[in-house]
Amino acid sequence: MAFRHIGTSPERVEDAALLTGRGRFMDDLPVPAGALHAAILRSPHPHADIRGIDAAAALALPGVAAVVTGEHVKALTRPFLVGVRSPIDHYPIAVDRARYVGEPVAVVLARDRYVAEDAMELIDVDYAPLDAAVDPVQAMDADAPVLHTANGSNLVSERTFDYGDVEQAFAAAAHVVSIETVFPRSLASPIECFGLIAEYDPHEDVYDVLTHFQGPFAIQPVMAMALQVPSSRLRIRTPPDSGGSFGVKQGVAPYAVLMAVAARIAKRPVKWIEDRMEHLTAAGSATNRVSTLEAAVMADGKVTALRWDQIEDVGAYLKAPEPATLYRMHTCMTGAYDIPNLAIRNRVVVTNKTPTGLNRGFGGPQVYFPLEQLMRKIGGVVGRDPLSIIRRNLVAPSRMPYKTPSGGVLDSGDYGALVEQALLEGNFADLENARQRARRAGKLYGIGYAACIEPTISNMGYITTVLSRQERERAGPKGGAQATATVAVDPLGGVNVSISSTPQGQGHRTVIGQVVADALGVAPDVVRVNAELDTGRDPWSIASGNYSCRFAGAVAGAAWRAAGELRTRLARVAAAKFDCPAELFDFRDGKIIHRENANIGIDFKRLAGESHWAAATLPSDLPQALSVTEFWSPDVLQPPDDEDRINGSAAYGFIFDFCGVEIDRMTGQVKIDRYISAHDAGRLLHPAMADGQSQGGFAHGLGAALMEELAYDADGGFLSASLADYPMPTACETPSVQIVHRETASPVTPLGAKGIGEGTTMSAPVCLANAVADALGLEQIDLPLRPAKLAAIIEARRL
Amino acid sequence: MKPAAFNYIRAETLDEALDALAEYGEDARVIAGGQSLGPMLNMRLAAPDVLVDIMGLKDLDRIEFADDGAMAAACVTQARFMGRLELRRAQPLLHEAMPWIGHVQTRSRGTICGSLANADPAAELPLLLATVGGAVIAQSKRGQRAIAAADFFQGMFETALGDDELLLAAKFAAPKPSSGVAFREMAERHGDFAIVAAAAVADADGVTLGLGGIDAQPVVTRFDGLLARDAKAALTDHAKTLDPQSDPKADAAYRRRLARELGLETVLKAMERRHAV
Repeated sequence: MAFRHIGTSPERVEDAALLTGRGRFMDDLPVPAGALHAAILRSPHPHADIRGIDAAAALALPGVAAVVTGEHVKALTRPFLVGVRSPIDHYPIAVDRARYVGEPVAVVLARDRYVAEDAMELIDVDYAPLDAAVDPVQAMDADAPVLHTANGSNLVSERTFDYGDVEQAFAAAAHVVSIETVFPRSLASPIECFGLIAEYDPHEDVYDVLTHFQGPFAIQPVMAMALQVPSSRLRIRTPPDSGGSFGVKQGVAPYAVLMAVAARIAKRPVKWIEDRMEHLTAAGSATNRVSTLEAAVMADGKVTALRWDQIEDVGAYLKAPEPATLYRMHTCMTGAYDIPNLAIRNRVVVTNKTPTGLNRGFGGPQVYFPLEQLMRKIGGVVGRDPLSIIRRNLVAPSRMPYKTPSGGVLDSGDYGALVEQALLEGNFADLENARQRARRAGKLYGIGYAACIEPTISNMGYITTVLSRQERERAGPKGGAQATATVAVDPLGGVNVSISSTPQGQGHRTVIGQVVADALGVAPDVVRVNAELDTGRDPWSIASGNYSCRFAGAVAGAAWRAAGELRTRLARVAAAKFDCPAELFDFRDGKIIHRENANIGIDFKRLAGESHWAAATLPSDLPQALSVTEFWSPDVLQPPDDEDRINGSAAYGFIFDFCGVEIDRMTGQVKIDRYISAHDAGRLLHPAMADGQSQGGFAHGLGAALMEELAYDADGGFLSASLADYPMPTACETPSVQIVHRETASPVTPLGAKGIGEGTTMSAPVCLANAVADALGLEQIDLPLRPAKLAAIIEARRL
Repeated sequence: MKPAAFNYIRAETLDEALDALAEYGEDARVIAGGQSLGPMLNMRLAAPDVLVDIMGLKDLDRIEFADDGAMAAACVTQARFMGRLELRRAQPLLHEAMPWIGHVQTRSRGTICGSLANADPAAELPLLLATVGGAVIAQSKRGQRAIAAADFFQGMFETALGDDELLLAAKFAAPKPSSGVAFREMAERHGDFAIVAAAAVADADGVTLGLGGIDAQPVVTRFDGLLARDAKAALTDHAKTLDPQSDPKADAAYRRRLARELGLETVLKAMERRHAV
């Protein structure tokens, strides 16, 4: 079928409101009568017992309605459920002990936020400070301070995996090349921080939270269980607009529970808007990780086995869906390479830091940072250019679909062809000349590469890989990724679509309009897309939401299928009307026309109207032709098998990046000369948005590479609580990326599309690190690549 | 991030502003553009009882270019000052350095005098005033006095202004004839406060170098009779005498390196430009 709208880049329907300042974000929405405003008093200590909280003075302040503490919350909730069973209790507020700087200790509810913050200063908390565990490796020491006494140590999960014959591969290797890396914490930092309005209806025992929670809605039952109600009695509704998320707004979930309880206690609706300092301190973070990676390498640079040892720092509590950051990539720990043997040791450690959560890239940057630096290092060991090592090891197109040793099924793509296309279109030869010229002129110039797999559409079962086979059997099988969309025609032929993808600014409504317009042969302006979600009314599943780049592949695919089913039904109505086979009707230009006889046909609008007005005349065996709700889950997503193999995602994109950087010899500042990012994300539904995702993904990767770090001092003090202390790249620091596309349709998704939103966030940190290491003549380098650090290296190495 | 309660006085006349400062003294803060004080209020790093807003005082919106220097009164925004054509000739150092101050948006509201009174050790304007010399005019009910630039900055966020005094105007001294100037700054991002900023003025008798971001206040050093060939040694020696701060962004060693290297580059550029004149 030829597309008219899919694959073009119309203006976004979202933009008129957003660009004129008329978006409707959490803080713009009307507040229910009698609502109270919340402010959260947070722990200034990384680790401290709470011996008492005296809120008398705060409660005496005019305008203060209530002060909610851990004791109150504990009485009305249960600890959050997580994927790894442990004796660690996690409530949305500190109970008896605070375990990270910024952990909620008390919630003040007052007539406005000003009074609430005044009252916060009047609360007297009696803290008994404790030593903090900060470094994840030291946190495993026998004498390290233990965060959760009941757990006995700070290690909450350890699993080893062995696929293929790793021992044999290492024994036969010409070289064993290894690397150890430390990946720092960073945060995707959406422009809008968290916000919510929570209400409690005591008559029906229903909690109702309006918030820009982005999913996955697997967290909805987690929240309901914490609130001790059936999940039908926790209604989550989303606002019309959300000012970015990049995964982070999954982290509003504990606050939704906290404020729901607060509303119940105060018997009034509660509004809470997080400020930037709270956000940087406590919203969540990508995990920091210490990785040791060893490769068995043949003389020609072919890698035959990888052995991983990963220590994942999830902060003070294991917060659902963690340790998903560690296990999302489990399926593709061999990257874009054909490596048959794989061993993995995973340890999950708690420390006195903010609990981690979803962040763009989610586990990808942490994996590719060691892997792609190792590939470069292998080049040095075998005496070859890093690029030739990448080429030597890429999965060949003839191997597609390629099954990774840990169970991933790389569905499609010609990785080598994209590399060559990128080198050509990105004028790589010229870049090599630039490096040569720069070095001759005495400049510090380097080239970096990164080849990565971008997993898209997460398998809801991948996190259960953290469990043993026996534990999984007890818990029951988990796998799949239901996406849902509803397409309905109204009496005048208007088309209403609703989706449960909770967009955070990406333009989902525009793309779904294109998809449905093509499916029904109508103009896009006939189609109106509603992306607000109400779990008490709309179809949704635990996989609903906006994460793992699932929109283009899964949600747009579900909308395509829903519209296709509706088209089939409308064709049958037409077939009965004109007494000819339904298959002969084309839907185009707002008409339904007989393919062989253009005289037979009817306006889409007219036919849709008959479904409403003349239901009695429709064929008796035809289901209604008014509305179709489609649930789509790719059948390639099965639970882990008995050998711990899991296909963690439905479709896999491929990325190849390369760049040239110059380092200022005096200041140590990195100047990006050129950056090329090449993608095969399957069929592109809206190429301009795909480019935007790559450019934006790059900006996040750039920030993590060059300047962003949620830093803690050795005692657990937090050093990055304001944007003055947590610099992020602005437009001035973010160069334009040259984007190269190749479109290999995925055989797995309905439209052949894969995700593209996270790829460059995964690839850019290591690509830039490789370039900087090349410029400075280093084997490897850790992040962030801040000028002071690079200047010290330049000075020490007398470059 | 909501400020503590304060009383707000929008002064209609200079006397009203001075009355308020006389009455409330250290419990009052003057607000002009609010680009530094606004966030400090929101973070409750500042919690004055009274805020005296002077932006309604039209008389204090004056800019004067005279033979002995350039003057900006209390309400002159950085953007307006920067936009004056005379600036290039009258104050080439400011002309070169002012684009480094924040962003277009902050310069459109932030004032010259507000930045001076705030005395951030990494801000450009205090460095520039300290380097070119000049004075500020302090006004209170008690009277008016001039405070020499060299005496004005007294530490991190500290100045010689009394609690009841308003910074009425700042005057940047005119450069000596045929001076050469240069400005360099290192910040991780465009518009950030400097890690280190260097401003140099070279005249027939030597070079004045001001360094920001190093100490609690601008460090201004005069190198009399400096020759270009001796500059490297002079800056190397000078950097050794500095005791810069360390923070997560940059440690003391890095700041010292920048003081030496950036300082040298700036000094040499100023000397080169003097010869070009």
